[in-house]
Amino acid sequence: MRGANALLGACGLAAFLALGEAVPRLGLVDEEYFPPTSRIADALAGELSDDAFWTALGDTLTGWAIGLVIAVSAGIVAGVLISVTPYLREATASTIEFLRPIPSVALIPLAVLLYGTELRSVLLLVVYASFWQVLVQVMYGVQDVDPVAEETARSYGLGTWARVRHVLWPTALPYVMTGVRLAAAVALILAVTAELVIGAPGLGARIAVAQTSQAVPEMYALVVVTGLLGLLINVGARTVERRALAWHQSVRGEVAV
Amino acid sequence: MLDVRGLKKVYEGSGRRVEAVRDLTFTVDAGELVCLVGPSGCGKTTLLKCVGGLLTPTAGEVLIGGRRVTGPPPDMAVVFQEYGRSLFPWMRVRENVELPLKQKKLTAARRRELVADALASVGLMDAAGAYPWQLSGGMQQRVAIARALAYEPRVLLMDEPFAAVDAQTRADLEDLVRGLWRQRGITILFVTHDIDEAVYLGERVLILSSSPTVVQEQLKVDLPADRDQLHTRVAPRFAELRTHVYEQIQAAKRGTPVADRLVKDLTDTPPPQ
Ligand SMILES: Nc1ncnc2c1ncn2[C@@H]1O[C@H](COP(=O)(O)OP(=O)(O)OP(=O)(O)O)[C@@H](O)[C@H]1O
Ligand SMILES: [Mg+2]
Repeated sequence: MRGANALLGACGLAAFLALGEAVPRLGLVDEEYFPPTSRIADALAGELSDDAFWTALGDTLTGWAIGLVIAVSAGIVAGVLISVTPYLREATASTIEFLRPIPSVALIPLAVLLYGTELRSVLLLVVYASFWQVLVQVMYGVQDVDPVAEETARSYGLGTWARVRHVLWPTALPYVMTGVRLAAAVALILAVTAELVIGAPGLGARIAVAQTSQAVPEMYALVVVTGLLGLLINVGARTVERRALAWHQSVRGEVAV
Repeated sequence: MLDVRGLKKVYEGSGRRVEAVRDLTFTVDAGELVCLVGPSGCGKTTLLKCVGGLLTPTAGEVLIGGRRVTGPPPDMAVVFQEYGRSLFPWMRVRENVELPLKQKKLTAARRRELVADALASVGLMDAAGAYPWQLSGGMQQRVAIARALAYEPRVLLMDEPFAAVDAQTRADLEDLVRGLWRQRGITILFVTHDIDEAVYLGERVLILSSSPTVVQEQLKVDLPADRDQLHTRVAPRFAELRTHVYEQIQAAKRGTPVADRLVKDLTDTPPPQ
């Protein structure tokens, strides 16, 4: 069944690539703006042998990773603190509901004013966008703590910190994982956007350069690279999730004792 | 050992005011096994949570070994009715049993010893490495009991622990609890809605009235200490006692104590009214 699915998927992809090759060649679209698959592949090969490409990729991944780490740590710490401190939840709820929907890209002017085209500009946007993803999931997760489990822990004399560690954290972990996965995707989007718009070094800036210098196949090749990055990040996050949550209903199979 | 005085608990919140228990006074001696029966919703769980320091009483107090309970007492363990939710699914059986011991700052060797001993007591040595959700309901409840035993409590509270297991498992678990109680000399307060279970297990049965809850009657169970499922349950004395408890509970539901012939020669303490 899985083999058959994989085969179908491969067929679909092949058909899509073939279409991308055929349509421009048949003159159905302007080849100048929609180069055929083979030319994009050529451009991609060219990119891969260019040191500047790897530097740009490294820059993008650096911004993505640092931003994500900051956002995840801050989101987890803030989420747990807000949830376990009496009244803090009510006190912060409306502020969070106000700040969360602000699109990160709306902060681009602020980022430019503060940091110009430095990495910190990218970080500001990445962190702002991914922080909420994590925070909101953590807060959902904490609400999911079973009162019976909590009372059990209290009756055995577990203090606040021990309960956070042994009850609250494992309960919230599936939510945290979802939050991290969403945040990882959003962080990539924001990293590329920031580079593209602000001109901070990275894949986004390279796409902008390709566009202005009319290197259309290269531009597509870079877009493909960002897509592949997103795919890898999602697959990676899911693998980590499965490993960490082997005990969880959404993952666990029927295992004999 | 356990002293409950004038306990009253009123739940307040969301515009509703529920007087769960009105005025409960009773004692449990050290090393005694007392069963608590009462109609559904009369506040048994509420009482147990107050005794366990998980709820603050509205009035009255609970003393353990002469000390007033203000939070979960260090030498008490609770076995909850919802065993499935009381065990942590992210920990293996061994870790579930061991977790409370880590709070007691015991050495790793001592912890291992206690865990192995407790799991052996409930016959679950082989399941130490399994996750709780890989076990049957009865096995899960035995894990919860093992966790309580490993904690080495002086007082053990059990809230309808066998309500959700089948009759056969239930009989086994009842014998397990009685056996462990006789071996280890723990003080046990056992809540149940099953009259037969209360009479079979207890040295004494406390019958609660329906809401507003007070102690309807205290009944001494004068069955021999050696009890077994086959013979004890068909003994004439067992039948008399269970009939009496049954009548009291019916009366409790109607709100009138029955002053029948059995009360005089059966109770060590007269009903508090
Ligand atoms: N957290 C709560 N908030 C408000 N009311 C509550 C709460 N917990 C229990 N009650 C009320 O208190 C009363 C006693 O509840 P409790 O759970 O103690 O009964 P019980 O004797 O254990 O019942 P059962 O035999 O069905 O388990 C009920 O009327 C219930 O509705
Ligand atoms: Mg109850």
